[in-house]
Amino acid sequence: MLPGPALTQPSHPENPLATGTEPQHKTPPAGSRPAGVHTSTRAAIAEPHLRTDRWWLAPAATAFGLLAFVVYSTWRAFANTDYYHAPYVSPFYSPCLADNCATMKGGPNWGLFGEWWGLSPALIILIFPLGFRLTCYYYRKAYYRGFWASPPACAVAEPHKKYTGETRFPLILQNIHRYFFYAAMLVAVILTWDTVLGFRNEKYEWGHMGLGTLVFLANIGLIWAYTLSCHSCRHIVGGRLRHFSKHPVRYRLWGWVGKLNERHMLLAWASLLSVALADFYVYLLATGTITDPRLF
Amino acid sequence: MTTDVHHGAGPGSEGIGGAVSGEAPDATRPETSYDAHFKVWRGDVDGGGLEDFTVEVNEGEVVLDIIHRLQATQAPDLAVRWNCKAGKCGSCSAEINGRPRLLCMTRMSVFDRAETVTVTPLRTFPVVRDLVTDVGFNYEKARQVPSFVPPPGLGPGEYRMQQEDVGRSQEFRKCIECFLCQDTCHVVRDHEENKRAFAGPRFLMRVAELDMHPLDAAEDAGLDRKSTAQDEHGLGYCNITKCCTEVCPENIKITDNALIPLKERAADRKYDPLVWLGNKIRRRTT
Amino acid sequence: MAHVERHQWDVVIVGAGGAGLRAAIEAREQGLRTAVICKSLFGKAHTVMAEGGIAASMGNVNEGDNWQVHFRDTMRGGKFLNQWRMAELHAREAPERVWELETWGALFDRTPDGRISQRNFGGHEYPRLAHVGDRTGLELIRTLQQKVVSLQQEDFKESGDYEARIKVFQECTVTQILKEHNPEDGEPDRVSGVFCYERESGRFFVLEAPAVVLATGGIGKSFKVTSNSWEYTGDGHALALLAGASLINMEFVQFHPTGMVWPPSVKGILVTESVRGDGGVLRNAEGERFMFDYVPDVFKEKYAESEQEADGWYEDPDNHRRPPELLPRDEVARAINAEVKAGRGSPHGGVFLDVSTRMPAETIKRRLPSMHHQFRELADVDITAEPMEVGPTCHYVMGGVDVDSDTAAARGVPGLFAAGEVAGGMHGSNRLGGNSLSDLLVFGRRAGLYAAQYAREHAGSRPRVGDEQIDGAAAEALRPFGVGSAKADEEAQGPAENPYTVHQELQRSMNDLVGIIRREEEMSEALERLAELRERARRAKVEGHRQFNPGWHLALDLRNMLLVSECVARAALNRTESRGGHTRDDFPEMDREWRRANLVCTLAAAEGAAGAAGGDAEAGRAGRIALRRREMPPIRKDLLELFEKEELIKYLTDEELTSE
Repeated sequence: MLPGPALTQPSHPENPLATGTEPQHKTPPAGSRPAGVHTSTRAAIAEPHLRTDRWWLAPAATAFGLLAFVVYSTWRAFANTDYYHAPYVSPFYSPCLADNCATMKGGPNWGLFGEWWGLSPALIILIFPLGFRLTCYYYRKAYYRGFWASPPACAVAEPHKKYTGETRFPLILQNIHRYFFYAAMLVAVILTWDTVLGFRNEKYEWGHMGLGTLVFLANIGLIWAYTLSCHSCRHIVGGRLRHFSKHPVRYRLWGWVGKLNERHMLLAWASLLSVALADFYVYLLATGTITDPRLF
Repeated sequence: MTTDVHHGAGPGSEGIGGAVSGEAPDATRPETSYDAHFKVWRGDVDGGGLEDFTVEVNEGEVVLDIIHRLQATQAPDLAVRWNCKAGKCGSCSAEINGRPRLLCMTRMSVFDRAETVTVTPLRTFPVVRDLVTDVGFNYEKARQVPSFVPPPGLGPGEYRMQQEDVGRSQEFRKCIECFLCQDTCHVVRDHEENKRAFAGPRFLMRVAELDMHPLDAAEDAGLDRKSTAQDEHGLGYCNITKCCTEVCPENIKITDNALIPLKERAADRKYDPLVWLGNKIRRRTT
Repeated sequence: MAHVERHQWDVVIVGAGGAGLRAAIEAREQGLRTAVICKSLFGKAHTVMAEGGIAASMGNVNEGDNWQVHFRDTMRGGKFLNQWRMAELHAREAPERVWELETWGALFDRTPDGRISQRNFGGHEYPRLAHVGDRTGLELIRTLQQKVVSLQQEDFKESGDYEARIKVFQECTVTQILKEHNPEDGEPDRVSGVFCYERESGRFFVLEAPAVVLATGGIGKSFKVTSNSWEYTGDGHALALLAGASLINMEFVQFHPTGMVWPPSVKGILVTESVRGDGGVLRNAEGERFMFDYVPDVFKEKYAESEQEADGWYEDPDNHRRPPELLPRDEVARAINAEVKAGRGSPHGGVFLDVSTRMPAETIKRRLPSMHHQFRELADVDITAEPMEVGPTCHYVMGGVDVDSDTAAARGVPGLFAAGEVAGGMHGSNRLGGNSLSDLLVFGRRAGLYAAQYAREHAGSRPRVGDEQIDGAAAEALRPFGVGSAKADEEAQGPAENPYTVHQELQRSMNDLVGIIRREEEMSEALERLAELRERARRAKVEGHRQFNPGWHLALDLRNMLLVSECVARAALNRTESRGGHTRDDFPEMDREWRRANLVCTLAAAEGAAGAAGGDAEAGRAGRIALRRREMPPIRKDLLELFEKEELIKYLTDEELTSE
C-alpha cells in the first residue's frame, strides 16, 4: 500500500465531540485478499466491470482477423509451391534466398542459403516482416487485447493474477522494433522491385501490364505506407530531436510521417489484407485457376 | 455487501426539496423532459452498493446535473466531487455505465431514455464516500517526477523558444489531471501491487513533456529522463493498449505522442548500440 | 472539551488558486514554513477557468507597449475608481511575474522570434495578453502547482520530508479566522490562526500561525447565472468581515458579456473574450453588428465607427480604430442586455457571437480549441460553421478586502493579508480581461512576501489560540446537524430548511434584484429577502454524518454568501450613479462626485468573530452590514500626467483637477 492522502489523519481514540456526526469505520475483514478492482479499499462492486456496450466486439474481431491471417499465411508459407507465375512472385517468397526456389527471371532469387535449406524458402525471409509486425506498436495493442485479454477492453478487468508488462524477458524484446523496421524497409525495397518486374509480360518483355500489376501496385503502396507510418520511423525521422526549429527538413518529414502514423492501425490491416491478396492472386495464377487479364 | 434501496420521484416523495427540481407536475411538463432510471453507487470503504433512483431529466442536461438534482431532492448527502462543470478542472471523474468519464461532459442525450444509467466511483482508487475516491496516489506520483530544470545562465525574460519546439509539450500540458487515464489503465486498475512501481500514463506523459521541453536542462544536471522513465517510473509496464488515449477528455494522444515516443527514447538509451555509439563519438568531438 | 488537532505554521494561505499558490511560493522562498488550504483538490482552483491570457506590457508584439500604457488602460477600464497605487504596481510588475513563470516551466505560445506571444483583448490598447491557446489559466495553475512540487522536492532532498516547509491541505475549508488580544497597546486584536474542517473525514483542525493570507477568489455562487464554480461562495470576503476587516467596492460585480445561454444546464459557462479579440463579432437577431450603437462618449475617439474600419484593425491596428466589440466588458454586457430587452435577441435569450464567417475552420480550431470543444460537447454547436448564442453571466467581483496597496495587508486586522479576487480596489469599478491573472501573480507574490515579513517579525511572540475560540467555532460548524446547545432555540424558531433550497432562492434573488441592471425598489426588496433568507439559513438542517457531506458544506457556505450578498446589495443601493460593473436604471449617468468615494462595508453588530450562535431576530432584520463612505486618496501627479486633460475632465471633478 502507498502512503495515505496528503492530510495527516487525526488519530482520535474515540469520538471526542460526541455529536453522532462522526463517521465510524469498521476494521476491514481479515482473510482472503481480493485483487484488482476488488481490492478491499475500493468501492464494493461485485461485477468485474459494468460496461453495457458491446465491448467484446473489437477484441473478438481483432482476434478473428489475426487468426485468419495466421492460418492462411502458415499454410502458404509452408506450402513451398505455387508462388511464382511470370512475371509475378508472391510477396511471401520474396526475396527467395535458397537454391530450392523457383526460377524467377530477373526476380529476387539469390541462393544465399545454398542447397542445404530444404524447407520452404518463405520461412527464411518471413521472419523479418513477421518480426516487424509482431513488435509493431499497433499489433502489440491488438494481440495484447485480442489474445491475451490484457486488458480485453478498457475498464474491463483482465483475468491475470500477475502483470509485469514489457519489463521482462521475453516481452522486453519489443524494444528492438526499430531493427525490424530497418529490415522491413529492405524487404519493402525488394517488393518494390518485384512490382516493377510486374510491368513485363509472361515472356519477360517490358512495357506490359496486367491486373496482377495493379494488385501488386496497391500492395506495395500499402506496404510502404504501413512501414513508413511506423512509430519507430517517426522517432528516427524527427521524433528524437529536441529542437525541430534547427532541423526544418526533418521536422517536415516528421510531420508527414505523423500524418501517416495517425492511420497506422488502418494501414496495418489494409497492408495485411493486401499482402495476403497479392499472394492469393499469384496462387490462383500458378495453379491455373485463373489467367491474368492483360491490360496491354 | 450490497444494499438495495429504491428512491422514487413520485408525488410526495420529494421531501423538503420539493420546490427545487422545478414546478413540473407531469401534466404540464414539456416533452423535452422525462424521468430517467439511475443506479448510483453509495457507500464507503466499509461497503456499499448500487441504489436505484428515478429522477427528472431535462433537455441539454449532463449526468452531473442529474447527480445535483438527486442531491437537492432525494439524497442531500450524496458525495460527489466537482468544480467547474465545464470540462476544464477534471474534478468530476467517475464511471458511467462502466466507462471512465467526466460527469460534466457526459450528456444525457447519449443514453436511450429507457436505459438505466449506472454511476460509480473510480474503481482504481480507494473509495472515500459515494462517488468520491482518494486520488492521493496521483499526487504521490507527481512528486516523484523531477521538476523542470531551468537552463543556467538564462534569466527571466531571456527565454527564446520556437512555436514548433514547444508544440509537443503544449499538447501534454492540456492535461486537466482528471486521472481518468490513471483509472482506466489496467496496469494499476487490475494490479494493486503495481502502484508502487508504475507512475501511470499521466505522469509518464509528464516525463515526456519535460524531456521534449526545448529548454529543460536536466541532462546537464546529470538527470537522464529517458532512462529514468523506464528505471524509475515503470514505463516498461505500459503495453500500449491505448485505454488512456481512449478516455482522455482533452483528446490528448497520450499513447502515440507521449508514451510511444518515450519508449523509443528509452530504447535510444538502452537498446540501441548505434545511437549509443553515435552519442559517444559526438560528445567526444564537441 | 473538544479535542481538535493543532498544527503550527509560520504563514497560512487560504486558497490555492493563482494568488494563493504564488503567495505560498513566495513565503516558502523567504524560508518560512507555509501551509496552503484549498477547498478542492490541489490544481483544480477556479483559476483554470481563465482562458484569455495574462496582461503584461512586455511589448513582444507591439513595441509601443509599456507599463504606463497598461496603467492607463487599467484606470480607464475601472473608470478611475481603482486604487491607483495598486494599478501602478500591477502594471509595473506584471512582466516580471510572467517571465518568472517561464523559468518554472510554463510554455506560452510564441512569437516568430521566439518570445512570448501576446494577443489583443478588450480595453487593452496593444496586444498584451500572454497566452496558451485559450487555456491560459490552466497553464498558470499547473505551472504554480509544479513549482510548489519542485520546492517540496528540494525540501525532501534536504530533510527527507516533502512537506517540511510547504504543505497543501487539500479539500479543507476554513470557517473562521482566529484572533487573540494584541500585546501591543492600543492595537486591534491580531490573527492567531484558522479553524478548518476536512471534507474527506469531516474532522476539525486548527492551523496556528501569526500571518494568514486570504486568496479565496470571488462570490459568483450567490448569483444564478454565473461562470463561477461552487467554491466561489465569498468565503474570504466573509471571513475577513467576521475577523473585523472591511470590504470596499462591493457594488461592482462584473457580468461577463459572453456566457453560454443554452442548454439551460450550462447557462453561464464562459465564452472567452479571445473570441472577440481574434475577430469574432456580435450580431442581433436581425443580423446587425449592434455594438457600433453602444460606444459611450468617453470612448468615442478610440473605437471604429464603421464595419470596414473595424475589420481593418485586426491587420493594421496603427491606421484603424478598434472594433467596438472590444470595449470593456461592462459596456458590452449592457449592450447585449439592451438588445435582448428590445426584442432583438437570439432564440434562447442571448445574441449571436460569430467567428464562423470570419476565419477559416482550421484557424478557429487552432486559436480557440477549448471553445470549439466546449460548444461541440455541451451544446451540439460547431462554432466553425454557425454562430454561438451568448449572454451576460456573473463573472467577477471587483470589490473585496480593503488592503494596503503595497503590502496586501488587510486594514484593521494585524496579520491578515488578502490577494487576488478577494482583495478590493485594484480594478476599480470594472476589471479588464487579462488583468485578473496578472493581479493574482503580482499581489499574490506581494502578499506572500509581506506576510512572511510580518510572521518573521512576530516569531518571538507567536499568538496563541484559546480553547474557547475553538469550541465556539466547532459549535457553529456543527449547527446544521441540529446538535448541541443550539438545538433548543432552533426548534422554537421554525421548521427545518433544506440548504439547497435556501441557496437557490438566494441565487434567484441576487440575479433578479441586484443583477446587471439595478433599481432602488428591487434592491430594497433584495435586502428584505436576504434578511428572511438569513433567518431560514440559521435553520438549515442536513442529514447524514460529517464525512464528505455536500449538504453540510453548503449549509456552512450559506453564512458567507448571505453576508457578501448583503454587502453587494447595500453598497449598490447606496451608490446613486452608474459606473463600470454597477448600472442603475434610475441613475444611468456616471457622476464625477462619486468617483472620489469608496463604499466601505464592515460587520454591523459587535457579535465578533467567535460565536455567532446567539443573535436575536431583531438584529437580523436590521442587517449585519454597516456601510460608510470614504474619500479616495488623490492620484499621484506623475500618474495623472499620463492622461490628456480632455480625458480627465470626463472623470475627475473640477476641484480635483485644479487642486494639482
